[in-house]
Amino acid sequence: MARNLFQKVWDAHLVGPLASGQSQIFIALHLIHEVTSPQAFGMLQDKGLKVAYPSRTFATVDHIIPTDDASRPLQDAMAEKMLQVLTDSTAAHGIEFFKPGSGTQGIVHVVGPEQGLTQPGMTICCGDSHTATHGAFGCIALGIGTSQVRDVLASQTLAMDPVQVRKISVEGQLQAGVTAKDVILHIIRTLGVDGGVGFAYEYAGSVIENMSMEERMTICNMSIEGGARCGYINPDQTTFDYLSGRPRVPTGDAWDAALEQWQSFASDADAAYDDEVVFHGEDIRPTVTWGVTPAQALFIDENIPNPEEVEGLDRALVTDALDYMQLEANAPIKGTPIDVAFIGSCTNGRLSDFQQVAELIEGKKVAASVRAIAVPGSEQVDKAARELGINLIFEAAGFEWRLPGCSMCLAMNPDKLNGDEVCASSSNRNFIGRQGSPTGRTILMSPVMVAAAAVSGSVADAREVFDIS
Amino acid sequence: MSQYSIYKISGSGVYIEGNDIDTDRIIPARFLKCVTFDELGDSLFYDVRFNEDGSSKHHVLDKPEYQGAEILISDANFGCGSSREHAPQAIQKFGFRAIIAGSFAEIFHGNCTTLGIPCVSMPAEDRQKMAAAVADDPDTSIIVDLENLQVICANEVFNVTMKASAREAFLAGTTDPLDTLLAQRDSIDAVAKKLGYA
Repeated sequence: MARNLFQKVWDAHLVGPLASGQSQIFIALHLIHEVTSPQAFGMLQDKGLKVAYPSRTFATVDHIIPTDDASRPLQDAMAEKMLQVLTDSTAAHGIEFFKPGSGTQGIVHVVGPEQGLTQPGMTICCGDSHTATHGAFGCIALGIGTSQVRDVLASQTLAMDPVQVRKISVEGQLQAGVTAKDVILHIIRTLGVDGGVGFAYEYAGSVIENMSMEERMTICNMSIEGGARCGYINPDQTTFDYLSGRPRVPTGDAWDAALEQWQSFASDADAAYDDEVVFHGEDIRPTVTWGVTPAQALFIDENIPNPEEVEGLDRALVTDALDYMQLEANAPIKGTPIDVAFIGSCTNGRLSDFQQVAELIEGKKVAASVRAIAVPGSEQVDKAARELGINLIFEAAGFEWRLPGCSMCLAMNPDKLNGDEVCASSSNRNFIGRQGSPTGRTILMSPVMVAAAAVSGSVADAREVFDIS
Repeated sequence: MSQYSIYKISGSGVYIEGNDIDTDRIIPARFLKCVTFDELGDSLFYDVRFNEDGSSKHHVLDKPEYQGAEILISDANFGCGSSREHAPQAIQKFGFRAIIAGSFAEIFHGNCTTLGIPCVSMPAEDRQKMAAAVADDPDTSIIVDLENLQVICANEVFNVTMKASAREAFLAGTTDPLDTLLAQRDSIDAVAKKLGYA
């Protein structure tokens, strides 16, 4: 019987049914970081348990690491303690740790793919909702809580409910100046922040097929912002070309065998889906958020919605969001002044994100009123960018080029908004207080749009600012 | 972690209005700087409850008449966003034992189940009646009946829904799955071998 990728990967990793009606699923790759794992190691210790498959778990530090001065001990004593606990726990249990300064540290969802750990057909878990990123390689990649991190450490399995699969096809092609970030913001805006509850999203169609792996990671990364349990893209030649030659990927005869296996996980042409939605690439324009959820988004040339035109509880959501954002109904979003520009995060902190911006900002200057920071997603991204002189282009334009980490995406480190500053951000969440100030305001957009806003001092259309056509 | 059967939870309730309440709002990221969950109760909904100088915003959670409430009532897509287990941990440590909402984000729902906090879903119209009842009389007793999938409040019976596997786990006392998972050691090893991971 024809199956989609989700069903194939699920079936391959099924250990067996559980009495509750859930299934026990083997986890092929477990990634951990310093925020959601210390308590899990504590729980193991309390129960006197060992890590079942230490070679299937890899650790990095990303959320709390400062991006200006990461010398030890870290200035924040609790951050230092969290890093120390991770260091000690991984050493005690024989887990490989991509340490700062090793050339391999970075944001967990940047590191996994670039090391070649993320491979098609895997089940992948991490105590982090943006684990969905790894679905770009044709994986079932799940964000989990700390008790589940404990379960995976102790048993290398999870108790899971099956989900339905919605195929989201983006057909046709994108207009110039429209990026993967605009596509996923548009999908979330259309289907809603809870539209994906109960579903895995399979992204397909010519627009997705023509994307690079880094663009596909941007798409899958934000599946969780649409409420989906995970998101994935079928593996194809683009996937295999990306993986070829990466450190943890098999070589020689083993590569040929792996390739055959990876290809077998792709959804069958006649596979059935529980739901299907089609978008047309030509319809999508550069998209930014105006509110406090990723679905509160609009095209750059649209006006901010009017709560009077919204029914029910959602009216209160719009009113409250406008109040928090200090924006006016019916006004254009374009021209909204910004204070901070942030390019980075597990959504948009990869080499191609910085390359794309560097080509546009060379010779341009960040507006005097704007504090602009560029934060590579990993030490490898940083190294590659430096080799290409990209850091120098950013610095010449007035950006600070920082050390790798999650930085301003969630402000568990010194990079934060102050007061009610407005940030044009390439990250994934515009929730109230997300960037570290309880009154801080986030406007999500693509890296190219952040660069346009940085240069203009206000939310701008990158196609106009950089003459893209 | 509860390893005993839970059929019913009763207590007084408090209503926190709003769709799409995310886990950053439930517990802001700066409170995730910790290596245990022990101190999280006080930080629940911190930025909604307190000004930056620490003074109270007189949020409903801090009103004297709602102290001791054990049932949290909210709206659709509760717990969306970050997977942080710190969110349900904070809810539990604050004193809540069950959540009634329009719907739940999945990772949050899973975390709550593992911690032994039942999450039941209720239509908007009925939630409004519940909200009115607890506003009218904060001491109103609420019974969340997992066996019969009903909530009883102010002499009214409301039907609720719950994910079948979660309900089963509460009734069977197996919301923490670890022992069950560990019991399958041989099958786990067999799958690992088959897939080339061992």
